Amino acid sequence: MGKILEPNIPAPDFNLHATPDQTLSLSELKGKPVILAFYPADWSPVCGDEMSLFNEILPEFRKYGAELLGISVDGVWCHTAFAEQRKLHFPLLSDFEPKGAIAKQYGAYREKEGCSERALFVIDKNGIIAWSYLSPVAENPGADGILNALEALPK
Amino acid sequence: MSKLTIPVSSADHIQGDIDAPLTLLEYGDYECPYCGMAYNIVKHIQKHFGKRLRFVFRNFPLVESHPHAGIAAITAEFAATKNKFWEMHDVLYENQENLAIQDLLNYAKSLDLPSDELQLAIEKDMFNEKIKNDFMGGVRSGVNGTPTFFINGIRYNASFEYENLLEALTEAEKSI
Repeated sequence: MGKILEPNIPAPDFNLHATPDQTLSLSELKGKPVILAFYPADWSPVCGDEMSLFNEILPEFRKYGAELLGISVDGVWCHTAFAEQRKLHFPLLSDFEPKGAIAKQYGAYREKEGCSERALFVIDKNGIIAWSYLSPVAENPGADGILNALEALPK
Repeated sequence: MSKLTIPVSSADHIQGDIDAPLTLLEYGDYECPYCGMAYNIVKHIQKHFGKRLRFVFRNFPLVESHPHAGIAAITAEFAATKNKFWEMHDVLYENQENLAIQDLLNYAKSLDLPSDELQLAIEKDMFNEKIKNDFMGGVRSGVNGTPTFFINGIRYNASFEYENLLEALTEAEKSI
C-alpha cells in the first residue's frame, strides 16, 4: 500500500473521461475547491455507499463552492450506468486507460487488487492539496473530514 | 474513531430509561432495508438489556436513493408531536415496502392521529429543520450510511448482527 499525497503540494493534474464523449481536467476547475474522492469500484452493495452518501451531502459541499469528483478505475459506460441508477449529481471520472494512472500519481492505487484506495483529497482553489485522508478500504469514510477541511480553507 | 458531535438531549426521541448507563443511538432511514433488518435486532437488544439501555433514534433519510424516506421521516416527527413517535416508528419499519403518502395517512389513522394534519405537514415539508439538523449532525459525526450506530457516543463500525451488537454493548457496559 503506497502512501497517499500529503497536503501542501500541488495536486497532479489529470484529464479523464467524465462521460463517454467528455473529459474533465483538474486545471479546468482552478478557482474552486475540489473534492477528489477515489473509491475502489462502482456498485458496492449497500445503502448509502460512499458515492450515494456524498451525493446526498452535495448541497453542503456546494455551500463552500466546492466541486466533487468521484474517481475509480471503472470504465466510462460502467460509471454512466452507476450514476444513473444511483441518481448521482456529480461527475465520476474513469481512471481506466492506462488503468489507475492517476490513482498511482496520488499514491492511492492498490496494485494487488488493481483498483484505487478509498482516499479523499480536498484541493484548494489554487490547485494545492489542503487535506488528504486514506480510509481502510472496507470502511466508508463519511464526509465529516471533508467538511472540516473545506471549513478550514482560507476564504 | 468517530464520535457523536451532538449529545443526546431532550430534543431526541429516546426509548427506555432516560438515565440508563448504556446508550445505543441509531441514525436511520425508514426506507432503507438494512435499517429494517436492524429494527428487529434492536428490539431484541432492548429486551436483553432492559432498563440498563436507552435507545435513541435520529433521522438520516437518504432521499436520493429512497424517494419515500423524507416523507416517512416527516410522518414520524409528526407523530412525535402527538406523543406517538415510537408507535409510528414501529409501524413504518414494519411496513417499509409501503411508504407512499396514502399509506402514511392510513398509518396515522390507525394510530388515531389526524391524517389531514399529517397531509398538511407533508405538503408544507414541516419538520424539515429538525430532520435536516439530525442529518447534518450525523454527517459531522461520521455517519457513513444507514444504519449507523453509536454506543455511548462512539461510532460502532462492526456488523449490526445481534451477536455482534450484544457483545459490543456488553463490553461498553463493563467499561462504565
